[in-house]
Amino acid sequence: MALMRITSPHAHGPMSTARVMQNVLLATVPGVIVLTHFFGFGTLVNIIWASILALAFEALALRLRKRPLGFYLGDYSALVTAVLLGIALPPYSPWWLIAVGIASSILLAKHLYGGLGYNPFNPAMVGYVVLLISFPVQMSSWAAPRGVGELPGLLDALQACFTPGNFDAVTMATPLDLLKQNNSLLMDDLWQQNAQFGRWAGIGWEWASLAFLAGGLWLLYQRVFTWHAPIAMLVALALTAALFYDGGSSASGGSPLFHLLSGATMFGAFFIITDPVSSAVSTRGRLVFGALIGLLVYLIRVYGNYPDAVAFAVLIMNFAAPFIDQYTQPRSYGHAARREDNE
Amino acid sequence: MRQVYDFHGGIHPPENKHQSIAAPIADAGIPEELVLPLAQHIGAPAIPVVEIGQKVLKGQLIAEPAGFVSVPLHAPTSGTVSAIEDRQIAHPSGHSARCVVIATDGKDEWIDHSGLADYKSVDRSELLTIIRNAGIAGMGGAGFPTAVKLSVKAEVGIETLILNGTECEPYITADDILMRERAEQIIEGAQIIAHLVQPDEILIGVEDNKPEGIAALQTAAEGTGVEIVVFPTKYPSGGEKQLIEILTGKQVPSGGLPSAVGVVCQNIGSAVAVRDAVIDGRPLISRITTVTGEGVNDPRNYEVLLGSSLAYLLEQADYQTNKNKRLIMGGPMMGFTVPDAHVPIVKTTNCVLAPAETELPAPPPAQACIRCGMCAEACPASLLPQQLFWFSQGKEFEKAEQHNLFDCIECGACSFVCPSNIPLVQYYRAAKAEVVQLRKDAEKSEHSRIRFEARQTRLEREDAEKEAKRAARKKAAEEKARLAAEQGSTEEDPIQAAIERAKAKKAAQAEGSNSAESAGEKLEKAVVTTRKRLDTATAKLTAAKEDGSDLVDALQTGVDKTRAKLEAAEKALREHQQAATTKEQPTEEAKPIDAAQVAIKKAMAARVADADKSPEEKAREALQKLEARLQKSEARLAQGKAAGEEEKIITALESTVERLREKVTQAQSQANETEVS
Repeated sequence: MALMRITSPHAHGPMSTARVMQNVLLATVPGVIVLTHFFGFGTLVNIIWASILALAFEALALRLRKRPLGFYLGDYSALVTAVLLGIALPPYSPWWLIAVGIASSILLAKHLYGGLGYNPFNPAMVGYVVLLISFPVQMSSWAAPRGVGELPGLLDALQACFTPGNFDAVTMATPLDLLKQNNSLLMDDLWQQNAQFGRWAGIGWEWASLAFLAGGLWLLYQRVFTWHAPIAMLVALALTAALFYDGGSSASGGSPLFHLLSGATMFGAFFIITDPVSSAVSTRGRLVFGALIGLLVYLIRVYGNYPDAVAFAVLIMNFAAPFIDQYTQPRSYGHAARREDNE
Repeated sequence: MRQVYDFHGGIHPPENKHQSIAAPIADAGIPEELVLPLAQHIGAPAIPVVEIGQKVLKGQLIAEPAGFVSVPLHAPTSGTVSAIEDRQIAHPSGHSARCVVIATDGKDEWIDHSGLADYKSVDRSELLTIIRNAGIAGMGGAGFPTAVKLSVKAEVGIETLILNGTECEPYITADDILMRERAEQIIEGAQIIAHLVQPDEILIGVEDNKPEGIAALQTAAEGTGVEIVVFPTKYPSGGEKQLIEILTGKQVPSGGLPSAVGVVCQNIGSAVAVRDAVIDGRPLISRITTVTGEGVNDPRNYEVLLGSSLAYLLEQADYQTNKNKRLIMGGPMMGFTVPDAHVPIVKTTNCVLAPAETELPAPPPAQACIRCGMCAEACPASLLPQQLFWFSQGKEFEKAEQHNLFDCIECGACSFVCPSNIPLVQYYRAAKAEVVQLRKDAEKSEHSRIRFEARQTRLEREDAEKEAKRAARKKAAEEKARLAAEQGSTEEDPIQAAIERAKAKKAAQAEGSNSAESAGEKLEKAVVTTRKRLDTATAKLTAAKEDGSDLVDALQTGVDKTRAKLEAAEKALREHQQAATTKEQPTEEAKPIDAAQVAIKKAMAARVADADKSPEEKAREALQKLEARLQKSEARLAQGKAAGEEEKIITALESTVERLREKVTQAQSQANETEVS
């Protein structure tokens, strides 16, 4: 009788990488629904087109690297990148913009570094930043929200994507843009003079943020990631905003609530900075990592050149992650006791 | 209610304990053959004290401990020693080890044995000796000699004695059934151990998934001062370090022993073994082992004789070969697979797990690590398994050690939760082994370095000494030369004198070597030294051939050359000896053969004749000879001139004549002087 020889442990838990990725995909659903409701089918088209391209580029890269397609495509990581980038891009983006973004994400940020698990930078954010720097016009035009402008239908959305020349989108400055450009109005006045503002932040934005928050909390409950990085980022951002919020003068940087519910804050906190590959590893490290991203987001939004800053903040902190790891190694069992003995 | 503490991490794998706990302990009976490995514990293997063919009784000593950290071995039943040989044993490496094999006779005849009526009346050291002689090694799985663990010195100050009844590994119920059926014995064992280590408190730690066992223990412990501490189920609470933290809130320092925080920890199975040894005088010859998994139809606990084969035990539990593809000794988290079912049960075998393929499926291929950190969440040692994996894979062992690789207890929690199915523990085991090897190598090379440096210093020192001597000699010579120059030209030139001395020495040597006897000796010596050299060279060649060294060819040529030299030397010696013999027996035929010999003889005769002459005669003779040579030369010169030879030759001849004339004048004056004196 030939017996199997395997090293311990022989039991294995139910979690798999594919399931982690599927959970992340599932958690984006509420946010995508809200975005579609407020800004039309643009985001949905983005996501679908990005997903198709991502799988194609992933397959191409795997073929070139002589890796088994089925095994690696089955981990859903390319899809996650595609969905995240699709959400981050402005609705009604032209097809080529998405293609360049996905190519940068999958080929440049992921496979050039060795594929899943080896990329030092968040692939979706690399794709986003490449586009933001290369095509600032396309990247800074966001659709007008429901109730403010007219929403294009599904056909219009497809036309906007695949025959961009024939489509004229109704675009508007986002609340973050307005805040950035404001230099004379009090916060309250700014709120009243622009239709884009809603109850706490921009119309559409505030609800999308809350939807992403809900998705993120569900992922936390599923133990896909720990609370450390997202909570640290949100707290740091809120605290910094509170520190510089002078009650709403024209020089104000915006209220903490405005910052929490604007732009990519919630989306970034629960879907971008929680990417484990490119973040710090220990729980303490993730606290530092998240908090510094929160701080950077505020600084770049208020004092930098770009209205939103999550992508840049994440990439900068991706650089710093190994350094943070160096100084946040957890205290292992039996080690503090020894140090106390020595002291 | 005592406060219990939590430890970092931990997991909740499916417990699967109900299958084997339903039935009471069964006696596995006596198999036909028992195979008893000499090393069933941590430490030196025991040394057999029986011979093949010897009859042994149940409980008879068959192997004695080899040192302090070692335990003896006893015959589990009566029978005959049929072999002492290497057999395959249950070890992760699958290797063989020395075993005593007993062919049982089925009579189960006990050797005379008796326990202590009152263990408190005997000396502590005597009690320890009894435990040591009973062959008890930690029965929780590690197998550390119990007597060694219990011989903590009194001054260490043990605050807490902990009996480990946690049994956190899934599937295993050996400790649970022991608590249910033998609670009194556990408490008794705890009291004996407490008598030895004198703790302030005695705790028995049990996970809350064993309510019946806990109830039994609590009943038995009433009024004894032994406290049963119940805490939430979580793997690996039963790890010694984790259990100590749960019960005391203290952490054992990394690399230290529990006694460093005032704790002694023992498995409850070991406590019962201690009790049996002390009260009944019964050595450790059997243990309780869980047989479970879907591969057996009748999972339960067995009281099994040490040395019974897994196959025998599985047979008892109605083993289904077709259902099972791997046999695990121990639990699903830390147990190891055995190479085949004929390996024996040993003192540390708490479970034999025969899972069906659907029950514990083979691991799927590993995916890339996405550094999700679930492993760090699960790690009971608060390590960063993902970083350790990264460093182990990249062979960055220094960083791995910096991340406390050696604090990993290999519990498998990280691998259990890893979504990418990476066999993390295996990476750590390999990395640890490599680090240990590297440390050994480093030690070795450090040793070599020190030796090399010492040699280097010695050589330099010797060189420096030589140089200093040389310099001193040179200085002395210069000094001498200077003095000589100062004393004037009347003195002889020292260099000239030295040259002359050397010449004289050489001449003397040449004269010496001329004697036939010394030449013979020289040749003999040459033969002897060459033979010696040939011997050394041949030895070197053989050694090189054995080592498979690259130098074989070179050495072969060397040997050949030396052999040729030896032959030449031997030949020369033979010839010389022949010559000597011929010389000793001069014959008519021998004379004309060697003209040189004749000349030498003549010369020697002449010299002998010379020796007899007076200085006057000598001088006169020399004068005559010179005069004769002068005449010859003059004649040659005249002849040359007449023949009109070349100018060069004429000049040379002239100078010869001139010199001879001078010499003649000198000789004449010398002869006159001699005559005068």
